[in-house]
Amino acid sequence: MVSVENLWVRFGKRVILEDVNLKIHERDFLGLIGPNGGGKTTLVKAILGLIKPYRGRVRVFGVDPESARKRTGYLPQKSPFDPEFPVTVQEVVLMGRFSKRGLFKRYSSEDREAALLALEEVDMEDHAETEIGSLSGGQQQRVFVARALVSEPELLLLDEPASGIDSTQQKEFYELLRKLNERVTIVMVSHDISAVFSCVNKIACVNQRLYYHDSKELAAGDIEEAYKCPVDMIAHGVPHRVLREHD
Amino acid sequence: MIEIFQYEFMRNALIAGSIAAVLCGIIGIYIILNRIVFISGGIAHTAFGGIGLGYFLETDPLIAAVAFSVAAALGIGVISNSKSKISQDTAIGVFWASGMALGILFVSLSRGYAPDLFDYLFGNILAVSQTDVNLILALTLATVAIVALLYKELLILSFDSSYGVAMGLPVRELHLLLLCMVALSVVVLIKIVGIILVIALLTIPSAIGRQHAKSLRCIMILSIILGIFFVFAGLVISYHFDIPSGATIILTAAATFFASTVISR
Repeated sequence: MVSVENLWVRFGKRVILEDVNLKIHERDFLGLIGPNGGGKTTLVKAILGLIKPYRGRVRVFGVDPESARKRTGYLPQKSPFDPEFPVTVQEVVLMGRFSKRGLFKRYSSEDREAALLALEEVDMEDHAETEIGSLSGGQQQRVFVARALVSEPELLLLDEPASGIDSTQQKEFYELLRKLNERVTIVMVSHDISAVFSCVNKIACVNQRLYYHDSKELAAGDIEEAYKCPVDMIAHGVPHRVLREHD
Repeated sequence: MIEIFQYEFMRNALIAGSIAAVLCGIIGIYIILNRIVFISGGIAHTAFGGIGLGYFLETDPLIAAVAFSVAAALGIGVISNSKSKISQDTAIGVFWASGMALGILFVSLSRGYAPDLFDYLFGNILAVSQTDVNLILALTLATVAIVALLYKELLILSFDSSYGVAMGLPVRELHLLLLCMVALSVVVLIKIVGIILVIALLTIPSAIGRQHAKSLRCIMILSIILGIFFVFAGLVISYHFDIPSGATIILTAAATFFASTVISR
């Protein structure tokens, strides 16, 4: 579905991504981990076509990322919004239909139905008329997932979706993502390695370069090379996975 | 109370004020949500350059003010949007002061005395002519039409512009369009409350509306009603006590704002 070939991204003179190669297949649930500033978000933005490659190429569904954007759902990194913003949950979800509707046109009843369906999918249909600011962090993220889902995407790109969710809600949230993965391909950026291991089926580590073996396994050296420091290799998913014996 | 409606200038004042209240109610909430109150202030003050140019060229100062305020909107928007080292408030400061300076220069170069210059600075709703009413109506209709056409786009822009970028929404262009709508609103309000007091009428009704209404549409309706009330009340009070109309309208609005803030706490 997605192929990234020899991708280089630079901001001015700084190299953000160096010779990244990545193939994402249908039904993958790919976890992108790596240190802060390692280029995880940049890679997602390149897949969305929001950042132009300096070298190399990105193909999504066999076409360039911008043309594929209508078939992708995106949950950007949580940006603080005004908690008093006068907008209901349903209106927020409808924003995700913009790519289908285009400029100047009003949302149709079909759009509204799609919004309600997306809300049902994330178990938030009872809150359709609630103001977004009065929801908890976990509920808000569910609404933003619904906004990404409402355009009926085949590929879902989630950037740190679990930030701002308390740990009890996180478990349910990852459960929801696993359920969604039954029909959509998901790429999830996260710095929470243990959480990633508990729900993804493939994992890649980004720190300028990409460490990836098209599986959930990462060679012991990969993560340490990526993070440039020893990393605690216990994943706290169920069942617990120990990736490498402790010294 | 009734007798003040007998005068044509009073009727014009009330009509112009009511139309302006509709405009403020619609555009004001976007100004608040997008946090561009002081860009609006900068645009208003830059418009004084146009007023001065109008005097200098002996044409209608409001027409030249349209050109100056739109130029200021685009100028501030473009300069502070690009990757330059100029921040938004720096751009506002530069445009604000240089617009005023140009206005002063043009007025001093004009022949004769500029008797109604004060009206443009502090407003004189009683001096609104039929031509002014027509201009105010046209600008208001244009703004209402744009907001109706781009309602969902403006909501995305105001709520989460970075998501808008990711969706392929022309966020930059929309932001500039919003600033241009503010620029035209500023011109409408110059005659009524004056350059210096413009941002009060653009923001206070919507700020109160926001304290009491939940949805964007309800806030707009409530702030329109409040705006009309402020214009009427301000006019009647200023007529009775023979005090400046623009300042009275603003002070009525401000008093309501403070009362509303205390109540909704």
